[in-house]
Amino acid sequence: MEAFSRLLDDLYFTNSNLAKETILSNYLRATPDPDRGWTLAAIAGTLRFDLFKRNVIKSLMQERMDPFLFDLSRDYVGEMSETVALAWPQSDSPVRLNRLPDLADVIDEFQSRDKAGIRDYLIMLLDNMTPAQRWALLKLGTRGLRIGMSARTVKRTLANMKSVPLDDIEKLWHGLEPPYENLFAWIDGRAPKPDMSGVLTYSPVMLAHPIEDKDFDRISPDTHQAEWKFDGIRVQISAGQSGVKVFSRKGDDISHSFPDLVDAADFNAVIDGELLVKPGGEIGRFNDLQQRLNKKKPSKKLMEQLPAHIMAYDILSLNGEDLRKLPLSERRIHLASLTADQNPDRFSMSEKLNFKTTDDLTALREEAAQTGGLIEGLMIKDKSSLYVPGRPKHGWYKWKRDPFLLDAVLMYAQRGTGKRSSYYSDYTFGLWNEEDKLLPIGKAYFGFTDEELKEIDKWIRNHKLARFGPVQEVEKELVFEVAFDSAHESARHKSGYALRFPRIHRIRWDKPAAEADRLTAIAALIGA
Amino acid sequence: MNASAEKKVQISSIAETWMEVRAQGLYCKPADCYIDPVEPVGRAIITHGHADHARSGHGEVFATPETIAIMRTRYYTNDDTHETALAYDARTDLGGGVTLWFASAGHILGSAQAVLEYNGQRVVAAGDFKRHPDPTCAPFEVVPCDVFITEATFALPVFQHPPLESEVDKLMRSMRALPGRTHIVGVYALGKCQRVMKTLRLAGYAHPFYLHGALKRLTELYESYGQDFGAWELVSEIPRADKGRFRGKLVLCPPAQINDRWSRRFADPLPTVASGWMQIRARARQKRAEMALVVSDHADWGDLIRTCKETGAPHVWITHGRVEALEYALRREGINAKGLNLIGRDEGVE
Repeated sequence: MEAFSRLLDDLYFTNSNLAKETILSNYLRATPDPDRGWTLAAIAGTLRFDLFKRNVIKSLMQERMDPFLFDLSRDYVGEMSETVALAWPQSDSPVRLNRLPDLADVIDEFQSRDKAGIRDYLIMLLDNMTPAQRWALLKLGTRGLRIGMSARTVKRTLANMKSVPLDDIEKLWHGLEPPYENLFAWIDGRAPKPDMSGVLTYSPVMLAHPIEDKDFDRISPDTHQAEWKFDGIRVQISAGQSGVKVFSRKGDDISHSFPDLVDAADFNAVIDGELLVKPGGEIGRFNDLQQRLNKKKPSKKLMEQLPAHIMAYDILSLNGEDLRKLPLSERRIHLASLTADQNPDRFSMSEKLNFKTTDDLTALREEAAQTGGLIEGLMIKDKSSLYVPGRPKHGWYKWKRDPFLLDAVLMYAQRGTGKRSSYYSDYTFGLWNEEDKLLPIGKAYFGFTDEELKEIDKWIRNHKLARFGPVQEVEKELVFEVAFDSAHESARHKSGYALRFPRIHRIRWDKPAAEADRLTAIAALIGA
Repeated sequence: MNASAEKKVQISSIAETWMEVRAQGLYCKPADCYIDPVEPVGRAIITHGHADHARSGHGEVFATPETIAIMRTRYYTNDDTHETALAYDARTDLGGGVTLWFASAGHILGSAQAVLEYNGQRVVAAGDFKRHPDPTCAPFEVVPCDVFITEATFALPVFQHPPLESEVDKLMRSMRALPGRTHIVGVYALGKCQRVMKTLRLAGYAHPFYLHGALKRLTELYESYGQDFGAWELVSEIPRADKGRFRGKLVLCPPAQINDRWSRRFADPLPTVASGWMQIRARARQKRAEMALVVSDHADWGDLIRTCKETGAPHVWITHGRVEALEYALRREGINAKGLNLIGRDEGVE
């Protein structure tokens, strides 16, 4: 438990991802099973149970601390677990431990005890811990750990420990269970790779290259097919006797957010497609989809309003047979017959677009640009391509429509993290409204060179206005040409809009701020 | 306010007939004298040298010799200022029947509680104080009194300061674990800097400290009072090209510099902040500290309440900080506590 708490503290306060990976792999090497496996689960978010409920903590504090003082404290700290960790009032006659139990023992104890027992055990641990250890325990126990380390970073750490590609870990990940003893046995070289047959796992996806001018010579209607590139999120649905799972492109299991899809999937296959929502039977905007993402348990109402839909692109396996070694044209035939049997509200197949010449493709791409962001552009795929994870050469191309561009005025700046922590590198910019007031429309922290960063940093230091905590307000004089993929209406933003994937395209040192774009320009761009 | 706190407490004290709160600060009427005024006044009693207590432009200043020296170093006084240096326990007649003496406050070098006696009553204005040990200043002394005037900077149950040794140990462990990095510790120039250096020496850190120029004069002043910090060098006097010099070593600077342009000169810097606020994770992250050392020169929650009780004062006045919480907790102990709502005290300096 001591080592676990120290690890969390180290990770929490470390900014660089690379340093975090080093810290984690050092810990995983030095810590025995099963402790390290439970730690891995806590950090990667794969623990399947709470050790205790938040209500137990709440009621303990109610008994031990004046509620008025507790409320003042929580308001000041901003969060319950940390408040309890810091203010925990010791029991009158605490049970003293010579040392804290191992993480695995803690988990075992909590799982084997009844309600009253859980309470007593929690009290005993809290009485014997430092504030940092209490914080670790409370976060672990209620599965509220947020230390800025994604599941992907965790998997990359494991891959590097074994010197294997990340894909190898991805393939295993969803078939493994905490505390991952078979995984570590393999990493340590004491056992073979865990056997994943018969388990629903994530297969690494095939990705596309951005198309270049020279590539057009290779493309013809005989050898290639064109499809829309929809603006949802790429997912993989793995369905079979043992259930149905929806994986994100990064291999995260997001099934819990889409029970409507899971219930509808009536096949034994692995499908690659775009996850969309269809409010009122029409494809919705990314903004709509976003309301369904990261929902642990979507309400019935939300699922009716924004039903999930899969636009199927490809099929990786069917009835236990691996199809990845078949050419795309043959896979499409299997995919067509599979989707034909499915509920069309839930599953459809991405249609092939008609084209003969490059001009036809250009026209199609132009058409995509007119959809106000519903379609991101074109996918152009070699019909003979096998399904190869990663980005094989000349397999698939993506041809995105041009990003939208706007001239916006820099309003606030914040310092970055890691190497950029001494530079103002996060920028909030805005557009003019009808009353000639600037309203922020977005934030960007890339798209410029290191040289440009230095120049902007210098400019900001010479044009400071007020300061709000870490946020530095600047004089409203510098214009950025901002590129973004789409915009949507947003009630959360004062300006009424939010941009998707905004980045700095150019710095317009020459342009007077008064000539920057107005909010109405967004409406015109997205056709809203 | 919670109803249970409204026990039958007598809020007013007889001392209010001769002590009052004015816009400039706490005022002693018969002596025509302010305590830690925020604006220039004719006569000022200064408890310690931090900028939110000691200001420039007063006509006459009463303070400990160390505080007077600090004020001189910071140009808060000049040749026209009438200075009265009073060592701890030395008494002086302020006129109007008021006697003043200082008791040590344990906050920084020269920090004092101002003890005012008038008509058989004793009021103690503690200024800022702490009860944890500090090798760079005299320990806090409990002075029994009728009215105790306290700060409340860390007056919430979440503030329970760890012993400084454990925090210094954390720093030394990190330096051993990451020998390739330069640990840059943000400390306030007056008090924190010297306390951290001294504690590191006591813990066995032997290498010279590298200091930002802003820490130089006050460190020298501490040395003139017999404090020994071992060898230290100014960062500005080391050639820029000699980046490797700092690798694995300790650099001290004002908190704002830990990840500003100044810190770019070091090899792989590890920004660290030493402050009582570092107890709160989000605060530490906001400062972009990669390591947070909880080092406070103020009393924590337990010590605030303990101290108020130990003075035996039936009345406690609270100057600044988390006033509401302390007032509430003291009233529950049967002490007549009230907030003074003094303005001009700086949250950050600690």
